[in-house]
Parts: sequence; structure tokens; C-alpha cells
Amino acid sequence: MSRVILHSDLNNFYASVECLYNPEIRDRPVAVCGSQSTRHGIVLAKNGIAKKFGVTAGDAVWEARSKCPGLVVVRPNYMQYLKFSMLVRKIYENYTNLIEAFGIDENWLDVTESTRLYGSGEQIANELRKRIQFELGITASVGVSFNKVFAKLGSDMKKPDATTVISEEDYREKIWGLPASEMIYVGPSTRRKLTDIGISTIGELAGAPPRFLERHFGQWGRTLWIFANGYDDSPVTRLDFQPNIKGVGNSLTTPHDLRSDNDVKILTYVLADSVAERLRRHHLKGRTVQIYIRSADLSFIERQGQLSHHTFVSSEIAEKALEIFAQSWDWSKTIRTLGVRVTNVVTADSCGQVSFFDDEKRLRREQLESSIDNIRTRFGHYSVQRAVLLKSNGLNANPVEENVIHPVSFFR
Amino acid sequence: MAKVFVEVIAKFTKDGSKVPLIVKWEDGRSFDIDRVTDVRRAASLKAGGQGMRYRCRINGKETYLWLEDDKWFVDSKA
Repeated sequence: MSRVILHSDLNNFYASVECLYNPEIRDRPVAVCGSQSTRHGIVLAKNGIAKKFGVTAGDAVWEARSKCPGLVVVRPNYMQYLKFSMLVRKIYENYTNLIEAFGIDENWLDVTESTRLYGSGEQIANELRKRIQFELGITASVGVSFNKVFAKLGSDMKKPDATTVISEEDYREKIWGLPASEMIYVGPSTRRKLTDIGISTIGELAGAPPRFLERHFGQWGRTLWIFANGYDDSPVTRLDFQPNIKGVGNSLTTPHDLRSDNDVKILTYVLADSVAERLRRHHLKGRTVQIYIRSADLSFIERQGQLSHHTFVSSEIAEKALEIFAQSWDWSKTIRTLGVRVTNVVTADSCGQVSFFDDEKRLRREQLESSIDNIRTRFGHYSVQRAVLLKSNGLNANPVEENVIHPVSFFR
Repeated sequence: MAKVFVEVIAKFTKDGSKVPLIVKWEDGRSFDIDRVTDVRRAASLKAGGQGMRYRCRINGKETYLWLEDDKWFVDSKA
């Protein structure tokens, strides 16, 4: 029996939540944007009215305003969005336990078994939409199909508040005429390469010999071919939006470009502090430290290095990050964004190789950091600070709470 | 129509649910809630919010009362 997979996509999620809570802006063009003064000033989400003016996610605020005079710009409220994301998930849980989050506003649901109880995939999809709208005041588009890739395509085809069914009988008519770039994981660069070899639609991709695609894309070519033909059989894995963590990272775009080692030092400590705090919160330690540097011309590099042991101590992470930085940056360009990430994680209580000499010191450092966490929980993030951050000229921040949510990967 | 937060006196039952008993209107008047006839999660597009929605009978008339994050509100017609 073939599977029944739904993909549910909350329409204009951030903007919809803002419009729910602010009825007075509901009939006006609305864009949820990062803060302009700290240069995160891009459109994160827009409502349907703003969309008609051509406002798209990723526009700079000034760009969006010039496309759409009278645009209402609101700041994001991530805690609120997380709350809604969880409430929506609770609705899904009435129908299946196989729910896989894809970012904060999209989920796959495997309802194959539930169809005996609740009717066809389309009926379940319609019921979900009705409940989301009634209970939470926002809308969703739902795609219904027999694999994850087509279900996702379906949820993109009719918006807002609609169900699209793509069956084994009609997927050729419904999908194969669409541009290949509509398909998940065909980004601009893959699309360009496909165009180069004469493929522009999903149908053409499906019809191409897989060996030919492999020659151009490697293994990836066969995967694309599998996707286009509806052969994707990847399961819907139970996954909260808080996924099984592979790493913890934070990056910040600073109010002014970084120009010196000292600037980098300050920001690295800010980032390492928050990364370490989040590792501790999730009861994890990591061993690989990665840094991400984006320069003022928006090109970027990533470099990484290994620690001698797993850690959640911020000074160890920061020192390693700075060591990597010193090896990889020559200051031919100024820096706009800096990121620090720790991967290769294990749970904090797992046994590791201990060092004979500095173990007590490390234990004390770990205890110190836990105490800092306690103080910050009680008195706020800025109640305890590193001395180096006091001469920070505006670089200090609290990334744990000002954290940006990124979608997670399709493959695990 | 606006979102108006109101004071409520509620009963916490043994099974952990909350039953509103008396609601104090913004003008200071208090009303006994005769009966709660329905409880479900619902959005209020008029007031702008969502939460557990209590359908209450007050003096023979039906009124909705929402509970969101431990705050009670109504979609005031005033």
C-alpha cells in the first residue's frame, strides 16, 4: 500500500501571527523585519497584501519600502512564533505520531495508518486546516501525496489556506510541467547547471537518463532523478523542531564592520559564551570548533579545528576559535558577520579521555560556568560579564535570546 | 471591537482545570457566571489573540471569555 504523506506549510507564518495579534494592521501591507540599526534589516516574512507589491523575504527594509509605500514594518517575536509552532504541532499529534519538522513553520506528517480512522489524506488535510484556522487564527497550505517531495510541492501550489492532492495517477500532469527549481533542493546553482544541460522542468528531469545526470551532478544527480519520478521513499522521521542536535552555533552581524583582532576577540567571546551556555542547557559537550567569517563584500569562509577533549567551557571554545581565526584571516577585508559553532557533540556525562594534569582546573572552570548560568537565570544575561566585553563599543549582545531560527536539513 | 483584559475569579478543580466564576468588567461591574457551556482552544480574530475559550452564560446571555498565558480577555463590544 502506498503511503499518505502530508506537508503542511503555515502561510506567511511570522506575518500571520503578527496580524492576528494586531487587528489594526491586518488590512495593510505588513513585513516582519530584523532590526535596521543592527543591520539585520531584511524582510523575514510578509503578509499577502505586501506580497502583491512584490515584497519578498530577504529584501532590505528600504527596498521593501520603495516597492510598497505605506508598508507596516514590525519586529519579530520569536518566542511567540515558537509557541505557535508548538500549538500547531499539538494539533498534528491528534492525527499521527510521525511528524517531522522542517523549519519552524513546515511539517511532514505520515498519516498512512490514520486514514482508517480519519478518512482520506485529503479529508485529514482539510480538517487540519480548519482546526489551525479556528484554534489559532492562522492558515496553512497542505500538500497530500505519496512521498515527501511531492507533498512539499503540493503545499506550494495553492496558497493560502488550501489543500492540493498529487496522486500516483495524476502527478505527471500536475508536476512534470513545473520548473525544476520548484522542487526541494534545486537551488539557483543546481537550476543553472540543469539549464546548461537543457533541463528546465521536473518532467524533463524525470525523463533524463539517471547516468547522464550522475555524470553532471555525481550521486546528487540520481537523487534528483529519484525525486522527480516520485520514487523518494525517505521516511517521515519523528522530529521536534528542537531536533537531535548535531552542533550548536551562533553568528552575529555587527552594527559596524570588524576591523581589528580586538574586535574579533570581543565578538568571539560573546559568541562562545552563548554557544557554551546553549551546550550546557542541552546537556552537551562538543569537540570541533568551527568559525564562519563573512566579509564586507559578503563572501565567506568556514574553518574548523579540534579540541583535545569535549567541552562546554566558553573560554576553551573562544580560545580555539581565536586560534583558528589567527590562522585563516589576513585582514585584507573587513568582517561583517562572525559565527562560532561547536559540533561533534556528545552528552555531557559521557566518559571521555581525561588529562592527568589539568583535570581539576577544568572541573573548576566547568563549575564556574554553571554558576554564571545560575546568576544569569536569576538576574539576567548582562548581570555577569567578561571584562573584555566592557570595552566592546557596541559589539556586546545576548545571542541566546536574540537567536535566529534556521530551517534544518532534509537529510539526516 | 477590542481586546480587553478582565479580572476573573476562578475555581481550580481537582483535575487541574479552571472554571471562571465571576468576571469583573472594565467599568467595575462584576457578574456571576451561571454556567460554562463549552471550553475549547480558539482564536479571536476580533480581539486579536488565541487561547482556551470559555463559553459562559451570564444573566441568560452568552459571552466568550479567553484565557491566554494566564490572562483573561474578552472581545469587548464597547
